[in-house]
Amino acid sequence: MNARIGYIASNTFREAVRDRVLYNLIAFALLLSGAAIFVGEISIEIEKLVVINLGLTAVSLFGVVIAIFVGIGLVSKEIDKRTLYTVLSRPVRRWEFIVGKFFGLSSTLVVNTFCMAIGVFGALLYVSHKFTGSDAFILVALYFIVLQFFIICSLTLLFSSFSSPLLSAVFSFSLFVIGSFSEDLRGFAGMAHGITKWLATAVAYLVPNFSAFNVISSVAHEYPVAVQLVLHNTLYALFYTATALSGAVLIFERRNLK
Amino acid sequence: MKARQRTTILASVCLIVCFAASVFMLRSVDRLRPQASLDDVLYISSPKILKRASLGYEGLLADVYWTRAVQYFGSRRGSNVELLAPLLEITTSLDPHLIPAYEYGGFFLAPPPPNGAGQPKRAIQLIEYGIRNNPNEWRLYYNLGFVYYMDLKDYAHASDAFERGSQVPNSHPFLKVLAAQMAQHGGEYQTARMLWTATYKTSRDKLVQQNAAEHLRDLKVDEDVSNLEGAVTRFGERTGRLPSSIRELARAEGLPGVPVDPKGEPYKMDENGRILVQHPDDFPLATKGLPAGFNAVGKHFASN
Repeated sequence: MNARIGYIASNTFREAVRDRVLYNLIAFALLLSGAAIFVGEISIEIEKLVVINLGLTAVSLFGVVIAIFVGIGLVSKEIDKRTLYTVLSRPVRRWEFIVGKFFGLSSTLVVNTFCMAIGVFGALLYVSHKFTGSDAFILVALYFIVLQFFIICSLTLLFSSFSSPLLSAVFSFSLFVIGSFSEDLRGFAGMAHGITKWLATAVAYLVPNFSAFNVISSVAHEYPVAVQLVLHNTLYALFYTATALSGAVLIFERRNLK
Repeated sequence: MKARQRTTILASVCLIVCFAASVFMLRSVDRLRPQASLDDVLYISSPKILKRASLGYEGLLADVYWTRAVQYFGSRRGSNVELLAPLLEITTSLDPHLIPAYEYGGFFLAPPPPNGAGQPKRAIQLIEYGIRNNPNEWRLYYNLGFVYYMDLKDYAHASDAFERGSQVPNSHPFLKVLAAQMAQHGGEYQTARMLWTATYKTSRDKLVQQNAAEHLRDLKVDEDVSNLEGAVTRFGERTGRLPSSIRELARAEGLPGVPVDPKGEPYKMDENGRILVQHPDDFPLATKGLPAGFNAVGKHFASN
C-alpha cells in the first residue's frame, strides 16, 4: 500500500480510538454477559441459539452505527478543523486521503469486531460448555458482517464527500435499511411490468445487497454456509466498495475546498 | 495530462467497471440463494413476534410479506407450497384488512395440487379470521362458501356462508342465488361454472382471474366428456353395441361434427367407449377425459 495512505489510515484509527469509539465494547460485553446468564435461566434448549443470534446481531448493529457515525465525520471534521488543508498542502493527493480514511475506519471496525467476536465465543462457551464443529460457521457470519462494514464505510465516505454530516447519516442509514430489503426490491422488480420494472431493477442493483450477507439465523441453526457464497459475497463486497470509493474520489477531486 | 485529470479518468473507469462487476456478482449470489428471502421467513414464523419487531410499521411489513407470498406461490406453483399458509397468516396478522390476501388464500390454499396447497381447513381458518376483522366484506363470505363447496363438498356450510354474505350491506345479488342453489345442491356443473364465472368477473387479482379461466376451461372438458359418455350409454342401449368411432356417435346424436375440446382438438373414444381428450397435459384441472393412469398432479403418467 502507498505509504501516505498507510499514514492517513493509522491516524484515522488512532483518532477513532481517542474518540472512545471502542468504548462500545463495554456496552457489548455487558449486554452479552447479561444475556448469557439470563437466557441460561429462562431458555430451554435454545440458550445457544439466543446467544448466537443476539451476539451476532449486536456485532452487526454496533458496527453499522459506528461505521455511519464515525464515517460521516471523516471528511467534514477535517474541513471544519482546517486540518485537511494541512494534509493536502503536503504531497498527499485527494484520492489518497479518501482511500486512507476508508482503510482507517475499516481497520477500526475490524478490531472492534474481533474483540466482539471473542465476547460472542466466550458467551457461547459459558452457555454450552464446549465448542462444536458447527460453531466455525459463526466465523463465516462474522466475516460477512465485516464485508458489510466495508460497504457501509465506503458509502458513508461517498456521502460525506459532498454532503453535511447529518444528511450523510440519513442517506447512509436509509441505504442500510433499503439494502437489507434489497431481495424484496428485486422480487418487486420481477413482478412489475414496463418502465416500473426497469426502474425497480435499476434501483435494486444500485443499492447494496445486504440480505445476502445476513446468515446469522442460519448459522444459529447450525446450517453450513456454501463456500461459493463466501467467494461471491467477497467479490461483490469488494467491487461494490470500490464503486462507492471511486464515486467518493470523483466527487472529492472536484470539490471546491476554499 | 494533469494528475487530477488522470485521477478523474481512472476513478471513472474504476467506477464503471466495478459497478458492472458488482451487478454480475450480485446475479451470481442470487442464483446461489434463489429462495433466500423466503427461507428467512422460516426463522420468524410467529406473527406476534413480527408484529412487535415491526415497531409499529406492521403495514409496511405486511406488504413485504404479501409480496413474498405472491412471489413464493408464483415461483413454486405445481410443486410443494407448504409455506404459503404461514406466509398468508403472517401477512393478515400484520394487516387484518388486506382483503386480497384472504381471497388469494381461499383460491390457492384450498385446492389440491397442482393448483393449490391442498389445505382447505387452513383456508377456511384464514377467511374466517378475515370475516371477523372485516365483517362487511361480502367477498370474504363468497370465498368461504366457495371453499366449502369446491374443496369440501360441504353444501350446508357453503349455503350458510353465501347466506351470511347476502345479508351484508351492498353485497352482490348472486350470493342469494348461490345460497339457494347450495341448499338444493343440484346441478353440479352449472353451480361450479356459476362460481368460477363470478370469481372471474369479480376478482381484481390477475392470478385469481387466470386460475378461474383455467377452471372454466377444464370444467367444460368434464361437462363435455360426461355428456358424450352419456351418449355412448344411450347408443349402447339402443343398438346393443358400442359406437365404432366418435364420428358414428356424433352422427347418431345428430351433432354437426366431431365435438372438440376447448383447445379445438377433437375428442376421441377408446375401445371401451370412454371419451378422451387428445392432449391430457393441456387440461391439468380436468377430472374426466384423461387416459387411465394419467397423473394430473404431476401432469404425467403414473408409471413414468
